[in-house]
Amino acid sequence: MTGATESYELDVDGRALPVAAAWLGESLLYVLRERLGLPGAKNACEQGECGSCSIFLDDVLVNACCVLAADATDARIRTVEGFGDADHLSDVQAAFLGTGAVQCGFCTPGLILAVHDLLDQVPDPTGLEVREAISGNLCRCTGYGRILQAVEEVKATRSGASGPRGESP
Amino acid sequence: MSTGTEVRPGTRSGLGQSVRRPDGTPKVTGTFAFSSDLFARGMLWGRTLRSPHPAARIRSIDTSIAERMPGVASVLTARDVPGRPTYGLEHADQPVFASETVRFQGEPIAVVAAEHPELALRAVAAIEVDYEVVTPLTDAEAAIGAAPIHPDGNVFRHLHLRHGDLDAVGAVSVEGSYEVGMQDQAFLGPESGLAIPVDDGGVELFISTQWLHVDRDQVAACLGLPPERVHLTLSGIGGAFGAREDVSLQVHVCLLALRTGRPVKMLYSREESFHGHVHRHPARLWYRHHADPDGRLVKVEARIVLDGGAYASSSTAVIGNAVCFAAGPYRVPNADVDGWAVRTNNPPCGAMRGFGAVQVCFGHEAQMDRLAAALAMDPVELRLRNALAPGDELPTGQVITGTAPVREVIEAAMALEPPPLAATDPPADGTMDLPGGAGLTATRADVVRGTGLAVGFKNLMYSEGFDDASTANVRVELDHRGEPLATVHCAAAEVGQGFVTLAQQIVRSVLGVEQVALRPADTTIGSAGSTSASRQTWMSGGAVELACLAVAEALAERAGYGGGAPDEVLDLDVVELLREGPIDRTRAHHHPPTEPLDEDGQGDAHVSFAFAAHRAVVDVDPELGLVKVRHIATGQDVGRALNPQAVIGQIEGGIAQGLGLAVMEEMLLEDGRLRNPSFTDYLIPTALDMPPVTATLIEQPEPGAPFGAKGVGEPPTISSTPAIVAAIRAATGLELPRIPVRPEHIALAEA
Repeated sequence: MTGATESYELDVDGRALPVAAAWLGESLLYVLRERLGLPGAKNACEQGECGSCSIFLDDVLVNACCVLAADATDARIRTVEGFGDADHLSDVQAAFLGTGAVQCGFCTPGLILAVHDLLDQVPDPTGLEVREAISGNLCRCTGYGRILQAVEEVKATRSGASGPRGESP
Repeated sequence: MSTGTEVRPGTRSGLGQSVRRPDGTPKVTGTFAFSSDLFARGMLWGRTLRSPHPAARIRSIDTSIAERMPGVASVLTARDVPGRPTYGLEHADQPVFASETVRFQGEPIAVVAAEHPELALRAVAAIEVDYEVVTPLTDAEAAIGAAPIHPDGNVFRHLHLRHGDLDAVGAVSVEGSYEVGMQDQAFLGPESGLAIPVDDGGVELFISTQWLHVDRDQVAACLGLPPERVHLTLSGIGGAFGAREDVSLQVHVCLLALRTGRPVKMLYSREESFHGHVHRHPARLWYRHHADPDGRLVKVEARIVLDGGAYASSSTAVIGNAVCFAAGPYRVPNADVDGWAVRTNNPPCGAMRGFGAVQVCFGHEAQMDRLAAALAMDPVELRLRNALAPGDELPTGQVITGTAPVREVIEAAMALEPPPLAATDPPADGTMDLPGGAGLTATRADVVRGTGLAVGFKNLMYSEGFDDASTANVRVELDHRGEPLATVHCAAAEVGQGFVTLAQQIVRSVLGVEQVALRPADTTIGSAGSTSASRQTWMSGGAVELACLAVAEALAERAGYGGGAPDEVLDLDVVELLREGPIDRTRAHHHPPTEPLDEDGQGDAHVSFAFAAHRAVVDVDPELGLVKVRHIATGQDVGRALNPQAVIGQIEGGIAQGLGLAVMEEMLLEDGRLRNPSFTDYLIPTALDMPPVTATLIEQPEPGAPFGAKGVGEPPTISSTPAIVAAIRAATGLELPRIPVRPEHIALAEA
C-alpha cells in the first residue's frame, strides 16, 4: 500500500531483531519506535535538529530520524534501552536522577547518550566543551543547569574525585 | 540559597528536601510512556489536513479520492461532527473543522485515519479543497475597527483600568512604545494521543494535556456524548508551558476512533505542532510614566494591544493580566491602562508561561530605566524606592495582604559581584565563548559588556472570580508485606514540573507514611484544574494535604482521640490502626474567592502574587549585532521551597525561555503566514546559549498557602527577558524597543 516493502533484520542493543514487511521509506527512528517496541529514542522534530532521537550507529552518535532503517542493516545500533535498566543504571543515568536534570524527560534519553559519547571520548572536558557537546540536544524545561551539573558529577566520579558542585558550570 | 525549611521529624523524603522524582528512573531508561509512545493493537494513524491560507472561503471539499485509497479507513470533515461544531477554553468560537471560512493558516479542514502514517499523509494530500483566498486581517490595531472576521466580532476584550487621579502629572515624565513578537512554547513532545472506542458508544482518550476535565467537557460536547462516556487518562507529557491548555487533536482523534471502531493514534509533526497550538500573544505597548523629582511614581498611563489571532482561547484572561500588572511591582497611586485583545487572521494565541505579565514587563521595565535616566538616578535605587510591599494597594485597588518581598528579590539579584570582564579577556575557553560562538566571527577587542536589572510579578491561580478548585483522594492501607502504603489520586497534570514528587512529599510529611503510590491522573476523580498559572503546588498540593488531614483524623478516631486531626498522628501506630482496614478520603481545595474586575478594572481579582528580579550580564559585538548572555543572577519570592532542587530547575528553565524571547525566539509572520515552523528556523536556546544562573530563594511563607509555598514556574520567565534587553541597551546605548532583539537591530541601528 505504501510502496515497496521488505523484511530485514537489525542489530539493536546486541540482539538481532526482525523487521517484517516494512515500507522501505521508514526512518530508523520509526522502526525502532513503532515496529520494534523501543520508544526510548524520541521524536521531537524528526528533522535532525533536536537530538531527542539520538542513538549510536557503529559507535557514532546520530539522529535516528535522519537514517533510513533499511540502510542500517549492517550496523550495530545502540539505544538508550541498551544502556541501563531500572536495576542497573549507567553512571550518567544515575547522575541525571540525582541532580534534578530530568523534568518532562523528553530530551533525557538523547542527552544521556550524548553525555556518554562525550565522556567516553573526552574524560575531562572543559565547561565549554560540555556545552558544545550537548548543544545538539535541545531541552525546553531545565535551562541545562542541572544537566551540566550531572555531567560534572559523572566527571568527578569517574576521575575518583568526590563531592557534587554547587552552581552550574 | 537560603535554607531553614522545616521538615517534620521522623520524615524522610518529605517537604523541604530535594526528593527524587518517582518518574525519574523510567525517564532516564527510556521506558516512560509519553503520549507519542502509545500503541494499541490494530490502531490506525490519524492525520490532519490544514489550510495553507490565513484567510479564505471554502467553496468545496472533495474527499472522494482520499476515501478510495487503499489503507485509508476514514476521512472526516465538519459535516461529520455529531455534536457542537465549535470548541474553546472560555468561548466556543473555534470550529472543530473549518467548513465555510478559514481564519488562520493551519486551520484544520479534515482528518484521515489510515493503516500507516505515510498513507495518512498521502490521503491528506489527495483531499481537494477549492479555496477563494481572501486578504487576511493581520494588524491587531486595525482589527479593532475593521469589519468582523468572525460572528463574535474582532474584540475579545477591552478593559480600561482607571485608578486614582487621572489628571495627576509628575514633574518628570517619560514616554515609550514597545513591541513583543510571537513566541512559541516549543515543548519537545509533540501533540499526540490515542483514542480507543468503548463498547457503550463512548471513547477512551489517552492524552497529553494540562487540564483533563476541560478537555473532556469540550470533547464530549463536540462528540455529542454525555461527559461520563468520554474518559480521559493523562499520558506522559513532553513539556507544556501553556500550549496544551487548549484542545488540539483531542476531538479529531476521538471522532476517528468512533467512526472507524478502531484505536486511532495521532501525532503531530514539529511543523504541524507550530500550527496546532496557541502561542504567546504578540503585543504593542505604549507607556507614559510620571514621577516626582525624588523618583516616586505619580502615574502610569499605558495602552496595550494584544494580537489574539483567529480564535479566543484564553485571550480575555491574558489581557486581564496584562492590564492588572501593566505598571509592574511598584506603588502607583494613579493609573490609566487601556487594554485590548483582538481577533486577527494570525495564528491563535493563548496561554504561555507568564500569561500577559511577560509582555507588559518588557514595557514597564524599559520605562523604569528610561525614567531613571531622565531623573539621573540609579535604576536599582528607583525600583527600590517604588517597590511594592505588604499592605500596598495595586492599581486595581486590591491591597496586598500576603507577602511581597520586592525589595528582597531586587537586593538578592544585585548582591552578587558581576562576573569580571577579565574572565573573558584573555579568553578562558577560547573564542567559542565570544558573542556568535561557533561562528567565530566576533572580534574580542570590539566586545562590550552591559548589565541590566528587571523586576516582575504576576498572580498565582486563576483570577476574577474563577473557582479553580482541585480534588485529591488519599487512601492508606497495609500492603502485602503489612507495611503502610498511601495511594494518591489526583487529576493534576504532571507536565515535567514535579507535582508527582510533591504529592509524595506531602503525604510523607503529613501522614508519616514513607511508601506513597500515585494512581494515573484521569477523569474518574474530580477536576484538579489546569497545570498553569503557577497553581498546582498551591491548589492540588492543598487538596492532597486536606485529604491527608482527613485520613489523619480517621486514624485518630480509630486510636480513640476525639475531634479533629491531632498533631500526634505521626506518633500513632499506623500499622496497628490499619489492620481494621483501609482509610480512603477525598477532599476538594478551594482558594479564597476573588471578584471580577469592574468596568474601571477595579476589584480584589487575585488570590496571591509572586515576584522575581533578574540581573543580566551580556557581551555584545556591536558591529555584528551578536549577543552573548554571560550570567543571570536572580532573587525569587517562593514562599517556601518545598523541593529546592525542583525550584532551581523551574528557575533555570524559566530563564532559558525568557532568554529565548529576549534574543532568539519569534514566529515570523508574513501576511498571516508562518515562515519558520521548524526547529531549523525557530531557534530555542541550546546549552551554548544559556549562561550560568545564580539563584537566591526568598523564603517568606505566604499566609493561607498550603505549607506557605508560592508557585514558582512563571516568575523566572517574566523579568529575565527585560533584564537581558536592559543589559544590551547598557552595552550599546540603543533603545531596542522590540523583542526579540535581532543582530540587525544592533548592527544596523542608526547611531
